[in-house]
Amino acid sequence: MIDKFVHSMADAMAGISDGSTILLGGFGDVGIPTPLLNGLIEQGARDLTIVVVAGGRDGSAIEQLLSLGRVRKMICSFVRPASLAGRLLQRGELEVEIVPQGTMAERMRAAGAGITGFYTPTGADTLLAEGRETREIGGKLCLLEYPLPGDVALIEAWRADRWGNLLYRDSARNFNPVMAMAATLTIAMTRNVAALGEIAPEEVVTPGIFVHRVLHVPA
Amino acid sequence: MAATEISPLDRNGMAARCARDIPEGWLVNLGIGIPTLVADFVPQEREVIFHAENGVIGVGPAPAADKVNPYLINASTTHVTLRTGGSYVHHADSFAIARGGHLDLCVLGAFEVAENGDIANWARSADEPVKQVGGAMDLAIGAKRLWVVMEHTTKDGESRLRHRCSYPLTAKAVVKRVYTNLAVLDVTPQGFVVLDMIRGLTLDALQAHTEAKLFAHGEGGQR
Repeated sequence: MIDKFVHSMADAMAGISDGSTILLGGFGDVGIPTPLLNGLIEQGARDLTIVVVAGGRDGSAIEQLLSLGRVRKMICSFVRPASLAGRLLQRGELEVEIVPQGTMAERMRAAGAGITGFYTPTGADTLLAEGRETREIGGKLCLLEYPLPGDVALIEAWRADRWGNLLYRDSARNFNPVMAMAATLTIAMTRNVAALGEIAPEEVVTPGIFVHRVLHVPA
Repeated sequence: MAATEISPLDRNGMAARCARDIPEGWLVNLGIGIPTLVADFVPQEREVIFHAENGVIGVGPAPAADKVNPYLINASTTHVTLRTGGSYVHHADSFAIARGGHLDLCVLGAFEVAENGDIANWARSADEPVKQVGGAMDLAIGAKRLWVVMEHTTKDGESRLRHRCSYPLTAKAVVKRVYTNLAVLDVTPQGFVVLDMIRGLTLDALQAHTEAKLFAHGEGGQR
């Protein structure tokens, strides 16, 4: 019987090693798997690369992870100067790679889809393209981008069954499905548990084949 | 502003002026800041579909205080509603919408716009250590039309409408129209063409606040 449910945070986080690249779902405060992030803090892995849309506002679990010195690099689309990430960056204590948000999503999509590189006009005419490979395609200057795979994805779902089929609530979908496909180990937390078959096949957003562990974290 | 008889538009005024020009049926992405206000001035019966890059298609107005859905936000991370007929996509699909030419219109804020359509809206200098690009670059290159809503000048009176941008670019040659607190201008092969000015303003007076060369449109009608 396939059963991807784990029954403790420790089991959910087992085996995440130092130096891992962690894809972290969510946008704003929505769809961020904060309990899993707290689990990661507890678990202790360090020297991490975190891929997340933004640098983490004050009081967030990302900020706590940063303040514990566990993050070597952050790949994100923006960092607020006033945030801890912004201050660490200015002091040279954190490496930050700024990626346009759509490029970030597409690089993860490419990683999950076996695409080894793609050209996009996004950012090609900007200082983000300095020293990088560009070419003109169809009259547009385009920038070569590489996939962005993760060792681990931490994502939040609304409902899940034991095969790991996931459904998201409203705009909490955001990066989560793309990250689920782009990571070697995808760990989902779910607010609700469904019996197998209870989530209609047409409603499954992330098929369980992309999900390795599911932890039930009631709202 | 030397003349006392003119009153520049405020943020809502600029948003309302922009909203007037958005026809029913368009798929529109609104950037953070003044552009977000534009939706408030499109009447509900005019069916414009608003896209938010966090994967919401059919963004509706702000919810009543007791009807907030904590799982439903827009790109500014404020709570919104979903219009009947709306749908959700994940981030890669959401940016496929932006990059893939599916948006009829994107409205962004900016630091500067140049007469060749270049836009600078993400960094004030190349040396700035902390950068905030967000989704602006994807939106700017991908939409069928890019309009900008911004103050005509900086707080120090520097023109934001430039011959060439001085700040790092977000994208080249993409802006089609600019709505400021003083005027509406099209970006044409000739340069900035003034479509509309606030009441009491003359082209000469507008030019005095503008670094880029301005051209009159037709009869230069004032509204």
